[in-house]
Amino acid sequence: MRRPPVLRVKAVRGLTEDCAVGDLAIRLEGISKRYRIGRAQESYDTMRDALAGAVSRSLRRAGRMLRRRGPSSDSPSDTIWALSDVSFDVQRGEVVGIIGGNGAGKSTLLKILSRITEPTAGIAEIHGLVGSLLEVGAGFHGELTGRENIYLNGAILGMRNVEIERKFDEIVAFSDVERFIDTPVKHYSSGMYVRLAFAVAAHLEPDILVVDEVLAVGDAAFQKKCLGKMGNVAKEGRTVLFVSHNMTAILNLCDRGVLLERGRVAAEGDIAEVVAGYLSVPAEQHYGFADLSAHSGRASGMLPLARAIGLRTSSEDGPYRAIVKTGDDLVFEIHYDCGDKAIDLVQLGICSFGGRRVFTVGTHHAPGFARVLRGKGTIECRLANVPLAAGEYSVAVMLSRQAPRQELDYVENALRFRVEFQDFFGTGQGPLPHQGDFAQRSEWRVPSEALLSV
Amino acid sequence: MSSAARATTGELPTILIKPSSGWTALQLKKLWEYRELMYFLVWRDVKVRYKQTVLGATWAILQPLMTMVVFTIFFGGLANVGSDGLPYPLFSFAGLLPWNFFAHGLSQSSASLVGSSGLISKVYFPRLVIPISSVLAGVVDFAIAFLVLLGMMAFYGVWPSAAVLWLPLLLLLAFGASLGVGMWLSALNVQYRDIRYVVPFSVQLWLFVTPVIYPGSKVVAKLADLGLPAWIYGLNPMAGVVEGFRWALLGTSSLTGSVLLASTAVTAILLVSGAFYFRRMERTFADVV
Repeated sequence: MRRPPVLRVKAVRGLTEDCAVGDLAIRLEGISKRYRIGRAQESYDTMRDALAGAVSRSLRRAGRMLRRRGPSSDSPSDTIWALSDVSFDVQRGEVVGIIGGNGAGKSTLLKILSRITEPTAGIAEIHGLVGSLLEVGAGFHGELTGRENIYLNGAILGMRNVEIERKFDEIVAFSDVERFIDTPVKHYSSGMYVRLAFAVAAHLEPDILVVDEVLAVGDAAFQKKCLGKMGNVAKEGRTVLFVSHNMTAILNLCDRGVLLERGRVAAEGDIAEVVAGYLSVPAEQHYGFADLSAHSGRASGMLPLARAIGLRTSSEDGPYRAIVKTGDDLVFEIHYDCGDKAIDLVQLGICSFGGRRVFTVGTHHAPGFARVLRGKGTIECRLANVPLAAGEYSVAVMLSRQAPRQELDYVENALRFRVEFQDFFGTGQGPLPHQGDFAQRSEWRVPSEALLSV
Repeated sequence: MSSAARATTGELPTILIKPSSGWTALQLKKLWEYRELMYFLVWRDVKVRYKQTVLGATWAILQPLMTMVVFTIFFGGLANVGSDGLPYPLFSFAGLLPWNFFAHGLSQSSASLVGSSGLISKVYFPRLVIPISSVLAGVVDFAIAFLVLLGMMAFYGVWPSAAVLWLPLLLLLAFGASLGVGMWLSALNVQYRDIRYVVPFSVQLWLFVTPVIYPGSKVVAKLADLGLPAWIYGLNPMAGVVEGFRWALLGTSSLTGSVLLASTAVTAILLVSGAFYFRRMERTFADVV
């Protein structure tokens, strides 16, 4: 049986608006990739081992046949499926963000789309030329000058000589290394190196651009430039596949998102929804109540004075809540057992998902509160009408004595809760997770016409 | 990739990516599309080799020259292995030139894939480009040393006949032999890293099997004594190349047609089999290298 060739390059007629096929840029169906790990991978590194292995393998097979066992196949511990059954479509001109934790399979997917590695199963259909930016500065050689490396890197990325010559001045201008363009690259600072490398890659003009976390390098100004350039590429109508851990960049650039989790497509759709899904913790981890007696978030050297913490949305006895809404009252209930210690300062810190402290409240903020806590008991903290934006938050608890100042108990991440947006403003709109921690009321007006006509 | 695949504006290539198995096509047309990349890789290798060296391009001359001097003293003078009626320095230098091209190409290409692991795991292009460029880079060294050879020929008053027209073909034969073995070794080296230890001493032994230091006519005569056909010697592809070189340039009559034919046949087999093996293993390179 004649096996079909791996790649068939044939011209597809037309890109007229009425041609439906022309609208599809990428179609993935059942793409899976298996890697062999551990024992199966490290053996046979030398021919000597390979020959010895071949002999032992055939002996084992003979032994298995004698014992009438089934044919050998890789045991589950020898292989790992980096991608399992990934399927989705990308239309022409779409900017798709591929997100997921480390090891989710994002880079593997990009490698398959860039034809660097083959899928173990499945088919990918690509309409158009793919330009891949999987690493900045691929092929750069330290001994060559910046000018020479531009030509070399451009050729490696697939640009024709004439194309590089045409864009040469633009590339140099974009990279800001004009003064050093004729110095060997090994003398460049890492920032210059990255700027030059990205400048070359940024001037690729493929139909489909595939970018893998290359924005992780470089300073803030450079990152902004790169994002701008990628935004232009998207506006020109090219299809872009973008992998990044920078959620802000993803949200600014992309229309659609695909969330990968352990090699599978966990979510797909509007980018904001997918990002929110990625950032959120699974619902089972929210209970609204946490036992702090042996909590992993307790700082070392601290005494287990705080025993438990719970969250309600009203002072009256109601259920503990893990999910609250923007603008709700938040009532934190802290159960303590101070023993013979005396606590006269209790503080709560509310942190956002990234660990940033959003605000801190304490008993010393409340006018007139002068209780000293001893023995066992409960203390309640009520926050009225808290306009937290939608997202995940955590609570840190601190119990201390004021004079002499001594911290007695500190627990980080004592409790997690999620804030969901409710129509706080009455307009159905509100800040997205990456747009800040607060839903701040605002009033807008256009000053008088007389001023405008000046 | 690149604008090469676009025939006219408005046409978009469609590519199907799916798992392949077994033997796959060589895709020589695609290699041609990437010729500019090959040029740049050769250019890079040559430039890098000569940058920051005091000797620079003279190294391409010094190495065969010094080898020739040593050979002349010990093999030509002391051991007196014979030189087909030619002055020994000229005899050995003419043999060293194609040999160095072959040996250099072989050792460079066998390590080329592993050496370009960064590129292979991050950029797409037909991987055959890499060993081909490694061998091609040796052409520059060859060309420089060739000028010295011409000078030596003038010095000794030896003028080439019309047979010199065969020279490009012989060089092509050396290229083919070097690339054929190089493709096999580079693909094997990705999987089995001990190949790189085998290469240096194999090349050394190969030098002694090839008629660089001594005339091939002696070997052919010995084979005839034993009742064996001459083409057995031609199973070493470089035997045909080196003898052919001397015949084309210096007019020695020791080249037997059967040896050259055998060398050509072996080279062709090495090239084709090497290319197919390489293409078969290519799909695993990015994962293993």
